[in-house]
Amino acid sequence: MINDLPVVDVHGVGKSFGAVNALQDAHLVVQPGECVGLVGHNGAGKSTLMNILSGVLSPDTGTISFAGEAITARYGVSEAKQFGLRCVFQELSLCPNLTVAENARITHPQIRGFGWRNDASELIKNWLDEVFPDNGIKGDDVVGDLTIARRQMVEISRAFSSLDEQVRLVILDEPTSSLDKISADQLLTFVKKFTAQGGSVILISHMLREVLSTSDRIVVMRDGTMVADDATENFDRDRLVREMGSVLAEDAEEASAETARANTARVIQIPAKDGIDLNVFQGEIVGFAGIAGQGQTEKLIQIFDASNGKVNAVNIDNAAAFVAGDRQAAGVFPGWSIEKNISIASVRMMVQRYLIDPLQEINISNEWKERLGIRTDDLSNNILSLSGGNQQKVLFARALGSPAQIVLMDDPMRGVDIGTKQDVYAILKQEAENGRTFVWYTTEMDELKHCDYVYVFRDGEAVAELPSHKVTEASILNASFDPATAA
Amino acid sequence: MSRYLTANTMRTLLPALSLAAILAAIFYLQPRTMSYFGLNLLLNLAVPIALATIAQMFILCVNDLDLSLGAFVSLTACITATWLYDTPVLGVLALAGCVLAYAALGALIHLRNLPSIVVTLGMSFVWVGIAVLILPTPGGKAPEWIRALMTLKPALIPFPIIAVVVIAIVVHFGLMKSAAGVVLRGAGGNPLSVERAGWSLLKVKVTMYAISGFFGVLSGMALVGLTTSADANIAERYTLLSIAGAILGGSEFVGGRVSPIGAVIGAVTLLLTGSFLSFLRLNPDWQIGAQGAILILVLAMRMLINRSDKRS
Repeated sequence: MINDLPVVDVHGVGKSFGAVNALQDAHLVVQPGECVGLVGHNGAGKSTLMNILSGVLSPDTGTISFAGEAITARYGVSEAKQFGLRCVFQELSLCPNLTVAENARITHPQIRGFGWRNDASELIKNWLDEVFPDNGIKGDDVVGDLTIARRQMVEISRAFSSLDEQVRLVILDEPTSSLDKISADQLLTFVKKFTAQGGSVILISHMLREVLSTSDRIVVMRDGTMVADDATENFDRDRLVREMGSVLAEDAEEASAETARANTARVIQIPAKDGIDLNVFQGEIVGFAGIAGQGQTEKLIQIFDASNGKVNAVNIDNAAAFVAGDRQAAGVFPGWSIEKNISIASVRMMVQRYLIDPLQEINISNEWKERLGIRTDDLSNNILSLSGGNQQKVLFARALGSPAQIVLMDDPMRGVDIGTKQDVYAILKQEAENGRTFVWYTTEMDELKHCDYVYVFRDGEAVAELPSHKVTEASILNASFDPATAA
Repeated sequence: MSRYLTANTMRTLLPALSLAAILAAIFYLQPRTMSYFGLNLLLNLAVPIALATIAQMFILCVNDLDLSLGAFVSLTACITATWLYDTPVLGVLALAGCVLAYAALGALIHLRNLPSIVVTLGMSFVWVGIAVLILPTPGGKAPEWIRALMTLKPALIPFPIIAVVVIAIVVHFGLMKSAAGVVLRGAGGNPLSVERAGWSLLKVKVTMYAISGFFGVLSGMALVGLTTSADANIAERYTLLSIAGAILGGSEFVGGRVSPIGAVIGAVTLLLTGSFLSFLRLNPDWQIGAQGAILILVLAMRMLINRSDKRS
């Protein structure tokens, strides 16, 4: 061991993307031989902090020092590597076209020359056996052919593996998300062994049970800053959930939704597989909540496919429209005018003698421009001339202008300013009163308050159904994390 | 599926099986090809096509596509038949310049984040233009030593067969077996991961384009060695042939999945389909269409194998 200096000392680090403060005044100290658990809800700043530590992003303010050595400028990925810092990113970062041994060679440039393949294979196999005994993975297996769990094992073992350099700090970002229970326990046992030998680990996980059982200290993040930093024995599951949510008590009454539910027709029904049944009634706004990436988007796409008759697992009779959250990838037609971007979903309504009636096209677009307040002086301008929020309004206009009676929304307000949000909320309310039905996946707690019902997702399934008067940050957080019974 | 006949081995074997099938069909139609002389004639053009296919494969490996390869091979053929014959020093310099130009293209495509299709499509006109300036009318002469090499008559095994086997093995070891090759292929599979491990993607791209240019130059030289003269459009078809050959041999458009041995087999298979169709007395006008049909057939089989893999 080098000395008693902290392995890493993050002091007052801040980072903002545009107007969004992803991280502000963050403090984190990791001692040698310590496992620090890092928990927080979506967007709490965990990933940003990790990207800064690993050298992918550079902080706007504050200082970081490694083993007492302050680093400032010229800090990058390779410098972080030299300090003995390794990361296991949440999205897998192996090359799928290479074998396990070849992937090990990518991170160890010193493996070269004759027989390098055997060296690399031996190295990664030793570490795989060390971390995950009886894994059954071979050095010449092509990574793309492995199951996702095994890929995760390779990636984790690769991060811990070392030839002559010292691995001082390993950051694990949701390392167990695709591992089964046995492998997850193997990993946690190894983490304890690794820290006992003087290595340090930052464990980011939303499996609170793992964090509580493995880490020596837990840091809770909320809204880009640290809200709690304490020894693990001072935490229990309830305190963690409480710290992650806002402290304000929720005011909530009006049990009107439950009575209204029986009076309208059921428009979507998804029978439960592992979780609970999912029902949507006409005129409702139903929210999908939970940690990001727990299958909410997939479920929306499944509903959408079912409305086109492609999937049978969902009962739905009406046509559905989809509002994409990822504007660039799945939303706008970048080369087209605003008008055409609005009217594309309504083409069938505008056809006159096999051709599109231009007058109707203009009318539909104008109507929705007025109703949603899309800020442009000319609808024939290119869509990209609009601000992000107004582009998102165009996507709403497209869905609301279409004849579809069900509107599916995939976290559509990501990165949209508050003014636009208020405009859209008002329209949603109004349309729901007119009998439209909305299914709304959102990562923002505040938006769930506009919903009549909220389904909380975990592991790809809805696990809790909350009527609007029970929707509080605490209740959603409580359902989002693994049940206490599993501990 | 049994342990030895997995989808993976089937995928690897498919190119070889296609080659065997087409060769068997040719031998059946025209037994006289089953001789030293017959094979020599049949595989005459295999060397330049295999080299061009290897060149294309290096570009495919980093998820790019080279639409200028045919024009580039034509240009290097013209340089070989003129400058390399008349003033060898100038010729060597010019050919080295061609390789450097390819390396520069790789840098440009990476740094400016340009689509390779657009850049190479544009460059194809540049290459043809230079070729026409160098050799306005068909002509030129092959340097003696290239001519001698390409018309070599070794005992027992015809030269083209030896040559393509050597090409396949050399590239296989360089790209698939060496430690450096791993990084080059990894950059096609997951560039972000390679970059996070501290490698320079710029260097990878430049290296791959330079190697591709090198094989393009070799292809042009080999071609002139066989035809003894050149013209500015001599290798026009090589662009599509090289892509088709590489894909036929198991390479994919994205993901860094390539196979040098497969690429050479694919190139030879495509070459032989031409002869096969001639032996069928098929009108030459139909040949390209028929070649396309064979390509679709083999790729459809690959899709079926992939699908069965997913199901199991």
